[in-house]
Amino acid sequence: MSSPSSAPLLEVEDLTVAFPSPAGPTDVVHEISFTLDPGRSLGIVGESGSGKSMTSLAIMGLLPPTARRTGRVRLAGREISSLPERQMRRIRGDRIAMIFQDPLSSLNPYYTVGLQIEEAYRAHRPNVTRRKARQVVVEAMERVQITDAARRVDHYPHQFSGGMRQRVMIAMALSTEPDLIIADEPTTALDVTVQAQILRLLRSVQQDTGAGLVLITHDLAVVSEMADDVVVMRSGQCVEYAGCEQLFSDPRHPYTCALIDAVPQLEDDVGELRAVGDAGPSRGGER
Amino acid sequence: MTTSEVILQARNLVKEFVLRDQGGLFGHKRILRAVDDVDLTLYAGETLALVGESGSGKSTTARLIARLLDVTSGSVQFQGEEVTGLSRAELYRFRSNVQVVFQDPYSSLNPRHTVERIVTAPLVYQGRTVPGGARTFTRSLMERVGLNPDHSARFPSQFSGGQAQRIGIARALAVGPKVVVCDEAVSALDVSVQAQVINLLRKLQQEEGLTYLFIAHDLAVVRQIAHRVAVMNQGRVVETGERDAVFREPADEYTRTLLAAVPRIRPEWQAARRARAHDRRGG
Amino acid sequence: MLRFLLARLSGLILILLLVCVCTFAVFFVLSPDPAVQICGKNCTPELIDQIRANLGLDEPLLSQFLSFVGGLFAGRTYGAGDAATHCAAPCLGYSFQSSQPVWEMVTERLPVTVTVAIGAAVLWLLAGVVGGLISALKQGTWWDRGAMLVALSGLSIPNYVFALVLQYVLVVQLEWLPFPQAVGFAADPWQWFANYLMPWTVLAFAYASVYARLTRANVIDTLAENYVRTARAKGLPSHLVVRRHALRPALTPITTIFGMDFAGLLGGALITESVFGLNGVGKLTADAISSNDQPVIMGVTLLAAFFVVAGNVVVDLTYTALDPRVRVKSV
Ligand SMILES: Nc1ncnc2c1ncn2[C@@H]1O[C@H](COP(=O)(O)OP(=O)(O)OP(=O)(O)O)[C@@H](O)[C@H]1O
Ligand SMILES: Nc1ncnc2c1ncn2[C@@H]1O[C@H](COP(=O)(O)OP(=O)(O)OP(=O)(O)O)[C@@H](O)[C@H]1O
Ligand SMILES: [Mg+2]
Ligand SMILES: [Mg+2]
Repeated sequence: MSSPSSAPLLEVEDLTVAFPSPAGPTDVVHEISFTLDPGRSLGIVGESGSGKSMTSLAIMGLLPPTARRTGRVRLAGREISSLPERQMRRIRGDRIAMIFQDPLSSLNPYYTVGLQIEEAYRAHRPNVTRRKARQVVVEAMERVQITDAARRVDHYPHQFSGGMRQRVMIAMALSTEPDLIIADEPTTALDVTVQAQILRLLRSVQQDTGAGLVLITHDLAVVSEMADDVVVMRSGQCVEYAGCEQLFSDPRHPYTCALIDAVPQLEDDVGELRAVGDAGPSRGGER
Repeated sequence: MTTSEVILQARNLVKEFVLRDQGGLFGHKRILRAVDDVDLTLYAGETLALVGESGSGKSTTARLIARLLDVTSGSVQFQGEEVTGLSRAELYRFRSNVQVVFQDPYSSLNPRHTVERIVTAPLVYQGRTVPGGARTFTRSLMERVGLNPDHSARFPSQFSGGQAQRIGIARALAVGPKVVVCDEAVSALDVSVQAQVINLLRKLQQEEGLTYLFIAHDLAVVRQIAHRVAVMNQGRVVETGERDAVFREPADEYTRTLLAAVPRIRPEWQAARRARAHDRRGG
Repeated sequence: MLRFLLARLSGLILILLLVCVCTFAVFFVLSPDPAVQICGKNCTPELIDQIRANLGLDEPLLSQFLSFVGGLFAGRTYGAGDAATHCAAPCLGYSFQSSQPVWEMVTERLPVTVTVAIGAAVLWLLAGVVGGLISALKQGTWWDRGAMLVALSGLSIPNYVFALVLQYVLVVQLEWLPFPQAVGFAADPWQWFANYLMPWTVLAFAYASVYARLTRANVIDTLAENYVRTARAKGLPSHLVVRRHALRPALTPITTIFGMDFAGLLGGALITESVFGLNGVGKLTADAISSNDQPVIMGVTLLAAFFVVAGNVVVDLTYTALDPRVRVKSV
């Protein structure tokens, strides 16, 4: 999977995230490992609450203060999980950009969206003028299909629709031209046509800049179209890690099989929907 | 299941927002017509799905219908009674009948309240007793939406996105409403939990005759749950009809584009998987 | 915007009229006959009648009230013929005690009260916001615990106790500050400053305690917001994350409280001014109450009410400007 000549873009090894609980520390992410090469995409799918967002936050070093992280994260061969906050700050936003899951609460209600995108763009470009930055911002918003972008940059998050806010988050991440994009459910609030455009945009950005993409989603169809490799998570554990075609045509773990079977199709009969029963070992507790 | 009794009706709904360009309070004023002459009828016991382009005014319509936002013009009637001019006391009653599950899970949950408080608050505000006590009530609701009932004393920030969304659903169901407006209520759930929640919603509909206005982007899910479908584009409803009619012979151009853009797992992969599964069962 | 302003202003006038009615009712209807008081010890029934006629106290209540309000806006004339005295536009009547026009008495003292209020406000904002912010950023450390302990004592120690102790220690025992003397700023800046230093400190201590606790709680809450996490994900330096993304949302609700507190202080700090012998509106109020000087009491009550109501309008406007979510609704 990885090219022998250089180190992979992202290596995650035995990543574990634990929260304190009355019954002692509970792992919400348990010994996850995967690698991602430049220009490629990794899909993370799995149960709601299985630790997908926590994995991405752990990579960024942005876990909630009560969380404990162990394991190693390497970016282009460099260990970043033990970096002090000051050096990690230089990596965030510059080399790794993150698209958060809940756009409304992830945008500051007191500032216009234009200002918030601009802030991301200028955080690592101190010499860029505001005029140039604004131009970049408007272009970034146009790229994510926000109509009338030149005007809408000056509006506040609450004045946008859910899907538009989500696209603002995407514009923010893309404007910084990172090496690695972590997208946590980036298209949940988008209709299928806009979703298709956004996914196409992500792919073309990857082609142009060679950025790696970690795509967290529960939409298996989207994963099958976008990802090269897929990690399937359940209750904090990686139950299957395989190439995309392999995973969808020959899933090994019963949970993966059940998950793919449960995807409703447009032409299915209307009736009781299948939930995944107790397919395979799952460590109880978290659901 | 579906009756011909109209429970909620919106006529000629219009919502305009004032937007100001650069310069905050004193900027140049512009009017944005987010909802433009929308008619919707909800029959008791049915599910009406509202689909459409991002930014086409679905959430705004939902908020107008639930009277969380005042209309610019038009009327909303709940069981024959005009909603747009309700007094405060009447609004309480209306709210216990019409509940909303919001699109952005975290922002709609008070970060300082525990799940138990969030879920029972609407009942407490309305001066009703919580059946079976707050703890038991919350636990059983959490169980129904697939959450671990032991987490009833946690705060919203301690849940994942999909878990927070299910807290929103639990809260809406807590008051025993007649109409539930679900704004992307299952969008953050994996297929399995999604199936569980949808089956729950269906069961409630069959047993208690609930009515849903179901806003969603996932058309396969819409086909599973909806009886009728309304398609919105740029503030207008461009097509309304029975589910099968809309899915089989979409009348509007936009609806056709929408259906064509549904992402799919490659058929050859699906076929290979089914063949393998079949072999395994056979062999 | 304009509609909003007009609505607020008409509301303001309505509330002030209501306050007029209330104070009028309390002081003129319920309290003992002022004519008897003015008349003093060796008093004859004729003299009392004459005073009553002069003050218009023999008229029906409603017309008394109307001429009071009329006096406020247009001025009024007391008595008739030779004895007639005209009281110009914002007429609050004459003090029973000193016969000075109440308006004049109030405006004479106002600068002192304003100085007290502004100085105290600057101090308490600085101490409260900075202290609260540092406490929030160093949550759980010794600094945080110490600061919150000080804040708690500021809340629980009564104002006058602190004032007396401070005066005793700083002026009498240590002699760090000169004994208070009435001087203008131009005459002796140091003495002037020393006069005000203690009242500022005393008032600021109590308020700063409240503000420090509020700021701390709000900053801790906003630091946990998802948008602060977004700001950090952009790689912003932490001082910018705190200043832009945590402090601004945390302080916005505090501006509301500040506006109301400040407006309240403009109506006079009764105890502090009295303890430190400052000749401000607060002291005027205290004196007027102890000598039951009704026109003065009414005057200062109206003034205080005016500040509070006007402060409310200013606060609303500020809030509208500061929080974009409110802005859109109200415009
Ligand atoms: N602050 C916290 N304290 C304790 N547990 C937490 C906290 N935050 C999250 N968790 C738990 O960690 C688990 C993993 O959460 P995470 O957000 O990673 O899930 P997810 O896979 O992203 O799910 P979803 O698809 O629903 O967003 C969840 O079960 C959640 O309850
Ligand atoms: N409070 C507001 N102020 C100004 N404009 C608003 C406001 N709320 C919504 N809008 C605008 O109204 C339009 C419709 O928004 P709405 O949220 O109803 O869309 P939606 O159909 O729910 O989209 P999505 O699927 O993306 O959530 C958008 O253009 C949005 O920018
Ligand atoms: Mg998540
Ligand atoms: Mg919406």
